[in-house]
Amino acid sequence: MSAALLIDIILWGSVAGVGYIAWLRGPSVLKASLREGSVDFIRIVPRIALGVIGSGYIAAVIPQEVITGWLGPDSGWLGVATAVVAGAATPGGPVVGFSIGAVALKAGGGPPQVIAYVVAWALFAFQRLLLWEIPFMPARFVWFRAAVSVPFPFLAAAIAMAIGKP
Amino acid sequence: MIAIGVLVAVSATLVWRRDGLPGVLEILTHDLSLFGGIMPRVLAGCLLGAFISEILPHDKVSRSLGPSSGLKGLLIGAAFGAILPGGPFTAYPVASALLAVGADFGATIAMVVSWTLVGYGRAVAWELPIMGTDFTLWRIIISLPLPVLAGALGRFVYVRMYPAKDGTKREGESE
Repeated sequence: MSAALLIDIILWGSVAGVGYIAWLRGPSVLKASLREGSVDFIRIVPRIALGVIGSGYIAAVIPQEVITGWLGPDSGWLGVATAVVAGAATPGGPVVGFSIGAVALKAGGGPPQVIAYVVAWALFAFQRLLLWEIPFMPARFVWFRAAVSVPFPFLAAAIAMAIGKP
Repeated sequence: MIAIGVLVAVSATLVWRRDGLPGVLEILTHDLSLFGGIMPRVLAGCLLGAFISEILPHDKVSRSLGPSSGLKGLLIGAAFGAILPGGPFTAYPVASALLAVGADFGATIAMVVSWTLVGYGRAVAWELPIMGTDFTLWRIIISLPLPVLAGALGRFVYVRMYPAKDGTKREGESE
């Protein structure tokens, strides 16, 4: 709760800070930015409504055991590869992704595999790409970024194996 | 959008057949409160993106985050992504603004990847309570080098996929 509050304070503090700079540049700059930001907001709200409210239902119907069963500590690089695919395929918001990661860890998943899962999910979960990234950014950039991100969950798992943590 | 809508409708129906109306309503109220909670942050993110694209000096951005900004540009992008507050609704508008004012794909990739993997926003709000401190800290430490590497890989691939048409000299091309 207090952490969320702190983030809100930093966030709105940043908005106030850049807003002040815009105001110093002149009222027209401030007004133009406010209008642009509000239009973006109105355009984005329906997508977010669908994403947030929908993700709960999608998460409720995917069988978590299927995902967790594949990620055991003896699953090696096949387990890592499975984790990467599972991470990319996991729908829903941060609650879903981290919950599955936590379940996998508790159900005996290997830490490198769970690291690969969380990193892959953070980098290129398809639902986030479609619902969040594409609406805000040029599609060409989004696909390009997702493609060059592919090696990195594997690298993260390799580092985790090498240092034997967490 | 439509595909996701259909997917949501199908999933909701499955939940309804399995758990009945209370199951459907429970998820709905939970997600509605989540939605209400993030709305102000979405607004803040959109405003932040709009302000940043208005006030950032374009020439300075393209110099410090552009195609020839080198490792320094990637490091700046990564650092910026790590300290950026808020969720996707902040990061993507800001990243989009950076692209628009002259940052290249490499630096923007470093920023987005750094925000997802190293940024404290999601880690503090979600990962720490759900995954535990030990896992979260090690996951972040392991992730530290990744944004710069991803940005470097992105830049490396980009200049080969889309060779510069204007003949501007890139770094590392002097023989």
